[in-house]
Amino acid sequence: MRLDYPSNVKIIRVPCTGKVDVMYLLRAIQKGADGVYAVGCLEGSCHYNEGNFRARERIEYVNTLLDEIGITGGRVRMYNLSSGEGPTFAAYAKEMTEHIRKLGPNPLKHK
Amino acid sequence: MISPKLVEVGRHNNIELITNSEVKGVDGEPGNFTVTLQNNPRYINPKKCTGCGDCAKRCPASAVNIINKGYNDRRATYIEYAQAVPLAFAIDMDACIGCGLCENVCLAKAISYSDKVKATEVTVGSMILAPGTKAYDPSQLDYLGYGKYPNVVTADGFERILSAGGPYFGHVMRPLDRQEPKSIAWLQCVGSRDTNRCGNGYCSSVCCMYATKEAMIAKEHIHGDLDCAIFNMDMRTFGKDYEKYFLRARDKAGVRFVKARVHTVTENRETGDLNVRYATDSGEMKEETFSMVVLSVGLTIPDTAVELAKRLNIDLDRYNFSKSEPFAPVETSRKGIYTCGVFQGPKDIPGSVTEACAAACLAGSELSGSRGKDIEVVQIPKQIDVTGQDPRIGVFVCNCGINIGGIVNVPAVQKYAESLPYVVFTDSNLFTCSQDTQEKIKEKIIEHKLNRVIVASCSPKTHEAMFMETLEACGLNRYLFEMANIRNQNSWIHSKSPELATQKAKDLVRMAVGRAATLYPMQEKRIPVNHRAMVIGGGIAGMNAALNLGKQNFEVVLIEKEPELGGFARKLHHTIEGGDIQEYIRKLSAEVMANDKVEVLLDTEVTGFGGYKGNFKTDVAVGKGRETRNIEHGVIVVATGAVEYKPKEYGYGESDKIITQVELGDLLEGKGAKDLETVVMIQCVGSRNESMQECSRICCQNAVKNALVIKKQNPDTQVFILYRDIRTYGLMEDYYKEARGLGVIFMRFNSDDPPEVKVEGDHISVITTDHVLQQKVEILADLLTLSAGMRPSDTKKLSGIMKLNSNQEGYYMEAHVKLRPVDMPGEGIFLCGTAHGPKLITETISQAQAAASRAVTFLAKPEIKLSAITAKVDTQHCVKCLTCLRTCPFNVPAFNTETKVIAIDEAMCHGCGACAGACPRQTIQLGFYNDEQITCKIDALLAGGM
Repeated sequence: MRLDYPSNVKIIRVPCTGKVDVMYLLRAIQKGADGVYAVGCLEGSCHYNEGNFRARERIEYVNTLLDEIGITGGRVRMYNLSSGEGPTFAAYAKEMTEHIRKLGPNPLKHK
Repeated sequence: MISPKLVEVGRHNNIELITNSEVKGVDGEPGNFTVTLQNNPRYINPKKCTGCGDCAKRCPASAVNIINKGYNDRRATYIEYAQAVPLAFAIDMDACIGCGLCENVCLAKAISYSDKVKATEVTVGSMILAPGTKAYDPSQLDYLGYGKYPNVVTADGFERILSAGGPYFGHVMRPLDRQEPKSIAWLQCVGSRDTNRCGNGYCSSVCCMYATKEAMIAKEHIHGDLDCAIFNMDMRTFGKDYEKYFLRARDKAGVRFVKARVHTVTENRETGDLNVRYATDSGEMKEETFSMVVLSVGLTIPDTAVELAKRLNIDLDRYNFSKSEPFAPVETSRKGIYTCGVFQGPKDIPGSVTEACAAACLAGSELSGSRGKDIEVVQIPKQIDVTGQDPRIGVFVCNCGINIGGIVNVPAVQKYAESLPYVVFTDSNLFTCSQDTQEKIKEKIIEHKLNRVIVASCSPKTHEAMFMETLEACGLNRYLFEMANIRNQNSWIHSKSPELATQKAKDLVRMAVGRAATLYPMQEKRIPVNHRAMVIGGGIAGMNAALNLGKQNFEVVLIEKEPELGGFARKLHHTIEGGDIQEYIRKLSAEVMANDKVEVLLDTEVTGFGGYKGNFKTDVAVGKGRETRNIEHGVIVVATGAVEYKPKEYGYGESDKIITQVELGDLLEGKGAKDLETVVMIQCVGSRNESMQECSRICCQNAVKNALVIKKQNPDTQVFILYRDIRTYGLMEDYYKEARGLGVIFMRFNSDDPPEVKVEGDHISVITTDHVLQQKVEILADLLTLSAGMRPSDTKKLSGIMKLNSNQEGYYMEAHVKLRPVDMPGEGIFLCGTAHGPKLITETISQAQAAASRAVTFLAKPEIKLSAITAKVDTQHCVKCLTCLRTCPFNVPAFNTETKVIAIDEAMCHGCGACAGACPRQTIQLGFYNDEQITCKIDALLAGGM
């Protein structure tokens, strides 16, 4: 569809968002990513039943961990869409980028 | 797009390609034809030619490049296009001067000037005619100036101008002065819907979409302002998801759609600009100036195909399309010979691919007795053992014509890749997916002892399997491969900022290199295939799919939720061609019931689902007693159908004089039109609006069909059809013309000014704005018919159980619109009929045959290879907490009470990685996606700073 979205978004392929480990999310923040988000299927239509719910749970958990160490504001997010929704994907990429821009750089960066 | 398909055909062991040849005659009968071929000389032996192109480089003789519509030259020694299969050059003897240079330079000794025309014979069981189409030649339409004014081009010529492999390498320029155009006009219906000047009364079906697409791509290629105007009579964007594309072009990209048929194009001699004269709706003459004019030429049948049909005794219709019956769309008049594509009738690529599968289904079903004979078995070389070796990574960066190379600095990315750890070889290619590049990759793997390969190009979704095969073909394990998607996720997205795109391409390549170093060989398990099929839905689609599978000797279970077969078609009476639908359903269902391979379960619903491709297990509740049965099967065909929309608009339900087209069909079949004085029909009811953006495809022909029946039953009845665009595509245009001839009045309205409907006693008052008079007109009708669109059947429950994906409108999604139009994304699951999107019965039948054909490609195999992407437990470190047992959505992990360890059956594992993500000790790892293989990507990405 060639829809424009910010180039700071880079995609890492996983078979299902249920595979997204807490460790991956924390690793990304630790190494200096300003934000991380997982994009899964719409709730209720996970190809593997509830992988996307697991991802959401983990993401909420990671945010509480980050809050505890002072990295607040929700730098880790979960989005849901179906594979037929290119425009929504682009919209989420923009939304996430704007959200992170407002928060500013990851305080762990260059430390 | 077509490149992977070409490569697949080129490499397929069961396909023998005979190019540059013509069929001279066919003898024999279905099951045993002898085909006489004339093999024309190419003067270069394709078996010896390596496609290196040295001959063309040295060739001193030039010739007009026909494939680029003459906008540039080629040599007399040439290849038509870079991705051609077989990748072998040929000599154009009309241009060749016989100097002998090519023979001297050819290291492969492939040149043979003495090549002669040969006659050969092949014996086959059935035949498929797919002679294709030729774009209409508009030079005879003098008022458009094609051939006279250089900046008037045909749409297929413009397609070449847009193409990276075209005359201008993808830069949009006008032929006269090679300047970027500031404005382009597309003139629709050139050589279509025109009985007056060219005799082609049909609609070519594809021009509205391709013109819109060309306008969008031209706007993308020209980064400044480009004014694009499409002059049309009706915009016919009737295909699945096409309306959304049209709206995006109009509302987001600012493409102008002008309702007019241009009558004269003249040139401004000084500037080369073109003046386009046309009349508006109200009759006012207008003139606009454009830098370029593109003629949206229609599809025609080439003379060579007409001659072929004559030699083969195939009947053609008056436009030279192959004659077919509405209920047997891909059969020709000669038994055992089938057809597909535009030769069958005008159609787009998804339709052609679907029909091709349908033709293959019928051709194959006659030969099913001899399946498996006369074929070669693929020999895969022994795997090279890479254990203990340090990674030696090769990176191949693709230009994808200019898709990537036009935006991303490919040499810079390649140079950057060289600097990355373990990278020992880099290369870049114009098209990394072309067949010659596959050979090159193989050579480089051997030459540089590569043990990991990265292709930085497009999406793994479409190309990963092909590249993995290339690795396998030279002995490298297929899982030692990684892709960096620098096109779909980069150059296409960031085309406006080349520098950022180049930087991101480097980041993506660095991530891929990081991951490649962590890859290790994995082996695929082979499992047996259950040779039974399950078809869900007993309408026309489901019945055809089941019957065709049964005819090919596969057991089929056909499930229908209603107590009888037939689906929605039970409510329909005749096709527009006059085919008797009720009789067809009666015959079809009798044939289905009589086929001993097909088991029909009526009043039946799916209640549970499990398993995987080749080995599905489905629970169904059968009959009134809801008796549960568990059915084991290898494939699924989904054919759950659609229904007519129940209108909420135009007073439907307020009066028995306001009915839908389907209800009108009943009325005309019953008491007929004799009492009807005035009938008004309103189109696009419940289609092309906020709640349903898409066009329902069938309603225009439905209205025309019913209007014709009315006019034939009672010529005195006045019929008004209020429409937005009349979309009687393909050969149905003739019926639209016939309806106008019989006095049916067509009045266009705008979506923002829809007709008003009031019930007034015995009459219905319809007020609409006449598009010619530009005035409100009131029509008093004794019957108002609403052309209610289609809605997919309610399949929420089924989709939930079987995990089937739908689009926004609720229609099931195919795996790929063009390449895999009847496959669903899940393997072993196929799709046909209106469950996929609105379509005619004829189209449903060919799609159902296509789905059966695709299902056979599964069922005909004794075994299938399983993905090696499965979860494995490190039993040494596992503490048996049983989290995986609770996590797995398919209950695959099990505690083995004898060995006291957790076991995961790889044939059952779906490879989702849920257990690996949940395992608290990380003792479960998913192959190809283990923790290291993912975290190294994160590390590599962030090592570059963000």
